[in-house]
Amino acid sequence: MGKRLAPYMLVFPGGAWLLLFFLIPLVFLASVSLQTGNLFDGFRFTWHVRNYVDAIDRYRVQFLRSLLYASIATAITLVASYPLAYWIAFRGGRHKTTFLFLLLLPFFVSFVIRTLAWRFILSDDGIVLGTLKDWHLLPQSFHVLATPTAVIAGIAYNFLPFMALPLYVALDRIDRSVVEAAHDLYANRLQVFLRVILPLSIPGVFAGVLLTLIPAVGDYVNAFILGGTKTTMIGNIIQLEYLTNFHYPVAAALSFVLMIGLLIGVFAYARVLGARSLEEYV
Amino acid sequence: MAVGSGRRWTRWVLPTYVAVVLIYLVSPIVVMIVYSFNNSGFKKVSFRWVGFTFKWYPRVFDKPDLTAALKNSLVVAGVSTVIATTLGTMIALALVRYRFPGKGAAEMVMFMNISAPEIVLGASLLSLFITFGVPRGMVTIIIAHVMFNIAYVTVTVRARLAGFNRSLEEAAQDLGAGPWTTFWRVTFPIIFPGILAGGLLAFALSIDDFVITNFNAGQVKTFPLWVYGAVKVGIPPQVFVMGTLIFMGGVILAITNLMLQRRKV
Repeated sequence: MGKRLAPYMLVFPGGAWLLLFFLIPLVFLASVSLQTGNLFDGFRFTWHVRNYVDAIDRYRVQFLRSLLYASIATAITLVASYPLAYWIAFRGGRHKTTFLFLLLLPFFVSFVIRTLAWRFILSDDGIVLGTLKDWHLLPQSFHVLATPTAVIAGIAYNFLPFMALPLYVALDRIDRSVVEAAHDLYANRLQVFLRVILPLSIPGVFAGVLLTLIPAVGDYVNAFILGGTKTTMIGNIIQLEYLTNFHYPVAAALSFVLMIGLLIGVFAYARVLGARSLEEYV
Repeated sequence: MAVGSGRRWTRWVLPTYVAVVLIYLVSPIVVMIVYSFNNSGFKKVSFRWVGFTFKWYPRVFDKPDLTAALKNSLVVAGVSTVIATTLGTMIALALVRYRFPGKGAAEMVMFMNISAPEIVLGASLLSLFITFGVPRGMVTIIIAHVMFNIAYVTVTVRARLAGFNRSLEEAAQDLGAGPWTTFWRVTFPIIFPGILAGGLLAFALSIDDFVITNFNAGQVKTFPLWVYGAVKVGIPPQVFVMGTLIFMGGVILAITNLMLQRRKV
């Protein structure tokens, strides 16, 4: 009797918390997205599906831009961190822990401050551009801040460890005897990489892309700190509509579209890559 | 020839590439530390390098609202870490030890919670609070932080619980210890490193969280919120000083932890 109830008693407090403040709120997000009204007269539930039409209609550009920026940034993190993860896993030797520590070092600095530091690096009269301009290597009018480049670079920077870590885990797990067997069978280095290592590391690529792309699409800190008026992402709009304009229904509709869009994307992606359980990596 | 170029590739190109990526990763940290010594105005740090000074370090707490924000962050992180670590550890114990109807659903919820975009978590929780007219403040921030930390603690503790030998517990019970005594005297000391790791992760995630907090904070400012608000107005040097001190503290803690682990092995 007690044995049968024990797991439920252990799960109950945390489970209730997640039910109340994670699952049920998703229902309220959907409910708010179908309301009409304003902050002063109050909001009422009216099945107002037009909120969705309006939201997508008005902010299509920002949706597409977020997807584009996040995709480019994800591609950059993949290209930047695959060789890094490979190096640590296969050539790290005694210093593996040191390299991993360096990789995790950014997490010891607040996300907002890290992004802010990029604003200092990229600013018109900052260390890099200021110096180059002083040496007349760049025209005075040259700038990076407030351009898509700055926002994408910021996103790529901030999410790089989320790509590198699952890649490292997948590469480190590869059985070395399989690699040696390939060498023994006269595969050259390129063949060993393309036919053995790369296929075995695909689950890491899959997990890394998801862990980078999902938060990157919804991010608005990079666009706010490093971007300008022409680099607004969907996260900035959701934040603005919720917290500044108090257009709750439109903001909720936007969030809901974002969530559903990402869910569909993830499932389609999982289908295509035929990935194994993701849970291994998180 | 092929072998020669292969060697050069691994000896020279790859390490250089790795070094460049690592420098890219560390450069903002260097910038933060360097600018904490920039001798520019009290109101805001200028992008231009003015000169070296130590003067901001003794004045790190001279901005009362920034200090208050840091205090809020520490309170939120402390309280939410204790709650989330307790609840998350309990779930981990249930998932590792028992098979029960609903286990799959519980695992699914954990996975969804970790993989959902932060902005959706923040926006949906805010929708709940708006619907019931709950005023936003410290309490709602803590509720939110516990919500996003439980699953992380569960995953971390669970990983450490995997190799746990249950015969020790059975031995304790054979020797007449009740379930409560068995837990505190046998189980807890063994799984403590896992719980500590989960708790540290929760604390780190909480103190750094911006997005979910921003949605559910009302007028309250935590440290990341304060910094974000100051971006377009001007960042006072104290921000970089605090960042640098927190960074140093974290790094020293982590290195000590690593050394202690090495010594045990």
